[in-house]
Amino acid sequence: MTTQNQGLLAWIDARFPLTATIRAHLTEYYAPKNFNFWYFFGSLALMVLVLQIVTGIFLVMHYKPDASLNASGVPVAFASVEYIMREVNWGWLIRYLHSTGASAFFIVVYLHMLRGFLYGSYHKPRELVWIFGVLIFLCLMAEAFFGYLLPWGQMSYWGAQVIVNLFSAIPWVGEPLSIWIRGDYVIGDATLNRFFSFHVIAIPLVLIGLVAAHLVALHEVGSNNPDGVEIKKKVDPKTGKPLDGIPFHPYYTVKDIFGVVVFLMFFCAVVFFGPEFGGYFLEYNNFIPADPLKTPPHIAPVWYFTPFYSILRANTVNFFYVDAKLWGVIFMGLAVVVFFFLPWLDKSPVKSIRYRGPIYKTALVIFVICFAVLGYLGILPPTPERTLTAQICTILYFAFFLLMPIYTRLDRCKTPPERVTFDH
Amino acid sequence: MSEQQVDRGRRNILVWTSAVGAVGGVATLVPFVASMSPSERAKAAGAPVEVDISKLEPGGRVIVEWRGKPVWVIRRTPEMLASLASVEAELADPKSERKPDEFTPAYARNQYRSIKPEVLVVVGICTHLGCSPTEKFRSGGESGLGDAWRGGFLCPCHGSTFDLAGRVFKNKPAPDNLPVPPHMYLSDTRLLIGEDKKGA
Repeated sequence: MTTQNQGLLAWIDARFPLTATIRAHLTEYYAPKNFNFWYFFGSLALMVLVLQIVTGIFLVMHYKPDASLNASGVPVAFASVEYIMREVNWGWLIRYLHSTGASAFFIVVYLHMLRGFLYGSYHKPRELVWIFGVLIFLCLMAEAFFGYLLPWGQMSYWGAQVIVNLFSAIPWVGEPLSIWIRGDYVIGDATLNRFFSFHVIAIPLVLIGLVAAHLVALHEVGSNNPDGVEIKKKVDPKTGKPLDGIPFHPYYTVKDIFGVVVFLMFFCAVVFFGPEFGGYFLEYNNFIPADPLKTPPHIAPVWYFTPFYSILRANTVNFFYVDAKLWGVIFMGLAVVVFFFLPWLDKSPVKSIRYRGPIYKTALVIFVICFAVLGYLGILPPTPERTLTAQICTILYFAFFLLMPIYTRLDRCKTPPERVTFDH
Repeated sequence: MSEQQVDRGRRNILVWTSAVGAVGGVATLVPFVASMSPSERAKAAGAPVEVDISKLEPGGRVIVEWRGKPVWVIRRTPEMLASLASVEAELADPKSERKPDEFTPAYARNQYRSIKPEVLVVVGICTHLGCSPTEKFRSGGESGLGDAWRGGFLCPCHGSTFDLAGRVFKNKPAPDNLPVPPHMYLSDTRLLIGEDKKGA
């Protein structure tokens, strides 16, 4: 039996690098032995991606991207989602897994990004790992935005209306550009169909390609760790393996499976007992079919977009010959684009927060608080006090990045150890 | 290898064929990009809409759909008309002078922004990001917009406010007044929205 297997494996390996690939990426991919809690979120993000793809495949079997009204006067797209919820066998579960999965994806990815900030995972030589990651984040935002139109509820419709109109703020080309994106003069059937196409074909393909690039780049340079020590610098002279490294499989596959089990306990609790999550995962107004003549009295994007939405709204002043409307769009765009430059903005000689000085620690805490406050304000309707708070947080948000070259140089860092720290 | 002379003829053919190939490749984008623009059917849609306003009470509003957008027809009361002059100082563009061709047809370039003083016809889409503002006709504290409020509209998305002629207040996200669509009276009580005599 064993010999036969080896025979088959040998036959495959002569034609396809199966064993070599498994070794390079799993059994002989050496990861630092001191990974902690924060290192669960990368593998969790991968798991949620698979979950979204699988549930998505089954939803497409019943969903219809059609904005025309059916015999009862309900848009066909909206009715098909209700059909999935009420009449398709287990349809409610598949749909709730997908809708909860969208929010879970952002929770996991935001924590994964925060891990990068904590341990300086974007530092040389991991700049491309980081850049692929930011591109994945952008794709994820596009994927979530396109997907949100599909249920064709009031929030779907007016959310898309607002975001597509953002493009019309661009001088000269803005108006034709937003018409081109919509495929009509208003959000309509043409828009719904193309968003469906983007959501199920275009963006997922790009996303999978970027995830592959993210992992290949990571495995080329090796993982960072909570100490920010390069484990490749200290290798066993006999084997050439990093002294502080352990094979990804079985050590981290087992650790990550544990993480998946704990994650799924929380995830399933939400899916089964609170899939709408108090209106944050599925907004109440989206249970009303899209009505092009009436905007709901309060519209807000889903929670994961609210920090950026707050930055958009915080721009209320025309200055420098440019409308507040365009400034809002510019700053919202910059709030994401600025992430790309992080590897070059951070001039700190050490990677990990463990050995950073008080200035970076304070700056990061302020940044995380501002991000959370902006997110909270984005859910609420604007008042003058809230707008002022959002403006202060927006300034601090950008100051965190733009002043980084200065304060990371001034900071008094500790000397990181030669080897990773590990108690036992 | 390095001692070999570059065959200029072959090099040129390579450069030119690659260039022509690249142009062809880029040209292939045209049909795909163009296919996303509004189709002929979408362009043809948007026929004018007729509204009967004989039953529209003073202070009342009807909403009709024209080109997929809400068009409001409001019969303003004398008090509502009086509010227009009183708020002028707080407006961004009280005389509708910004981009008049886009927002205010010639026959509505007056103090009421309408053909008949009492009947306002505007597209109910905020000029900021395209939400439809909500009606806040009641003046004063009842409106929830403060005691100085004289009646108008509030956009729920980003808080822009408009007066009862659809003119935007200062220091709000919306840059322009609500557009007045092309319209004309077929009779005293029948309005045609989407077309005017000048065939604009």
